Amino acid sequence: MPRILVIANALDGTLARSALELLGGATALAGAGGEGVDALLLAPRPLEDAAAALGRHGAKRVFHAAHPALSTGQTDAALVAAAAAAARAEPEVIVAAADTVGRELAPRLAFRLRAALVTEAMELRMDGGALIARRQVYGGRAMATLAVTKRPAVISVKPRSFDVPEPSAASGTVERLAVEIDAQALGAVVRDVAAETAEVGLEEAQVVVGGGRGIGGADGFTLLQALAEALGGAVGSSRPPADEGWVPISWQIGQTGKTIRPNLYIAVGISGAAQHVAGVSGARTIVAINRDNQAPIFSLAHFGLVGDYRHIVPALTAKIKELKGT
Amino acid sequence: MGVNVVVCLKQVVDPELPAQEFAVDPHSRRQVRTGKALVISTYDENALEVALQLKDKGAASGVTVLTVAPAAEAKDAVRLALAMGADRAVVVDDPRAPALLGVEKAALLGAALRRMGGADLVLTGCESADWVERVVAPLLAEAIRASCVTFVSRVEAGGGFVTVKRLADDGVHTVEARLPAVISITSDESNRPRLPKIRDIMQAGKKPVETVPAPALGDVPGAMADGVEVREVAIPARTTTCEVLEGEPAEQADALIQRLRALKVV
Repeated sequence: MPRILVIANALDGTLARSALELLGGATALAGAGGEGVDALLLAPRPLEDAAAALGRHGAKRVFHAAHPALSTGQTDAALVAAAAAAARAEPEVIVAAADTVGRELAPRLAFRLRAALVTEAMELRMDGGALIARRQVYGGRAMATLAVTKRPAVISVKPRSFDVPEPSAASGTVERLAVEIDAQALGAVVRDVAAETAEVGLEEAQVVVGGGRGIGGADGFTLLQALAEALGGAVGSSRPPADEGWVPISWQIGQTGKTIRPNLYIAVGISGAAQHVAGVSGARTIVAINRDNQAPIFSLAHFGLVGDYRHIVPALTAKIKELKGT
Repeated sequence: MGVNVVVCLKQVVDPELPAQEFAVDPHSRRQVRTGKALVISTYDENALEVALQLKDKGAASGVTVLTVAPAAEAKDAVRLALAMGADRAVVVDDPRAPALLGVEKAALLGAALRRMGGADLVLTGCESADWVERVVAPLLAEAIRASCVTFVSRVEAGGGFVTVKRLADDGVHTVEARLPAVISITSDESNRPRLPKIRDIMQAGKKPVETVPAPALGDVPGAMADGVEVREVAIPARTTTCEVLEGEPAEQADALIQRLRALKVV
């Protein structure tokens, strides 16, 4: 079974949830009680708690790189550390989250290691000597199954593809990984981070109300917010409202944007373009509200309400409030 | 003066085509293209728009579009790009192109760029509308030893650097990247692709288009492509059927809530 290195992103000073998800996936992939699973912790300063958390979640060895240049969004610095960790840990498979840094890092690391490369994987398993990765293609209309036989292999994993494993009492060994990063030599440097305050974490919400082009403008989203509030959920959008500037880009759900897995997704004025569907297909129950009864979203939805959302959504909000006695 | 910009374009089967027109060829394990409308991949058009805006502002000296495609298939995309305002086009003629994955495409693009004498700034879409690998920009940056930023909506160039807005998981990053740089572009309201005017469409035919057969690029290092095999591309069976809830809005709302409660969703 392969020796695996998980790249654990704590570049903004806190350990990303995706790092623990990756450990869950890597432990399952390694088999045999997760022997051979290592983690590289990338952080701007020593983070003992994060290193310990990686150990409790399955990392047998934690290589901790701490350097001021390993900060938010700094792919070039992360790449130096990842190459150093690969040389130290000699993994057969390296997994990274397909997040802002990971999307840049995974291909570049693969190039430098002359490694095989698969990006945006959603499922991983072993089949004999081959690592099998599955990912969405054609805007989520199809799933590709890829067999990776070359080693090393670098795999980026779409966030939320694996569950965070239950922590155990076990602890990994922690080793400081010395990295030499010449801040002057970095090709790209983050000068400013304008954090967007996401509404109730879209990716964690159990109920999401999404609006599309059919909402018609920023105003219409207030009706969706009222419904989401009544349901204790979050509001998102498909690509057009984000492109048009009706809603912040951080609300966008889909291929480009966030992937959600709520219990309930209510798609309002969303036609159901493949781009959007790719991000919502993990929802357990999907409700579509649309004026056009031919909209492709109805072929994905469990329940369809054809009509004007301006009337349906407030009616729904009122009923929910009534039900909850507020 | 200004930077020399190359925009990489890919043609894909129109992703807006209805689902029933989508089919996978079990032999090639790729989407069936025959008879389907081809378009420039969504974000590649935004990348071209960003390049053209740099040229409009005087920050870019020239805009070249570069594509790897069967030459006959590339004509429409090239004509549209030239009509939008690109100065010239280079087509790497490769009949295998529609089946190539990002690793091989990036290697070919890198070889073509070297043959063209390089570029100060290379722009690509942040992802292709078909395979969505998101690898071409970072791999190309490595291949030509350039800096790299992906998922960028805005670019300013000057003084040997570009300053870009990267749409990140946690907000917007302002990133300064040294030239040469490979930047992948995502959409926002500032880079909506322009529509060419009739006059531009007429004149596009006069702009230079160079076609390079892929073998003329010599031995393109493609070792990374070994070791990943596409075993299957399958359309998931649709398991849901949609129950349409009729009536006035209040009735529809009642019917929905009843069902959601039965499913214990609310």
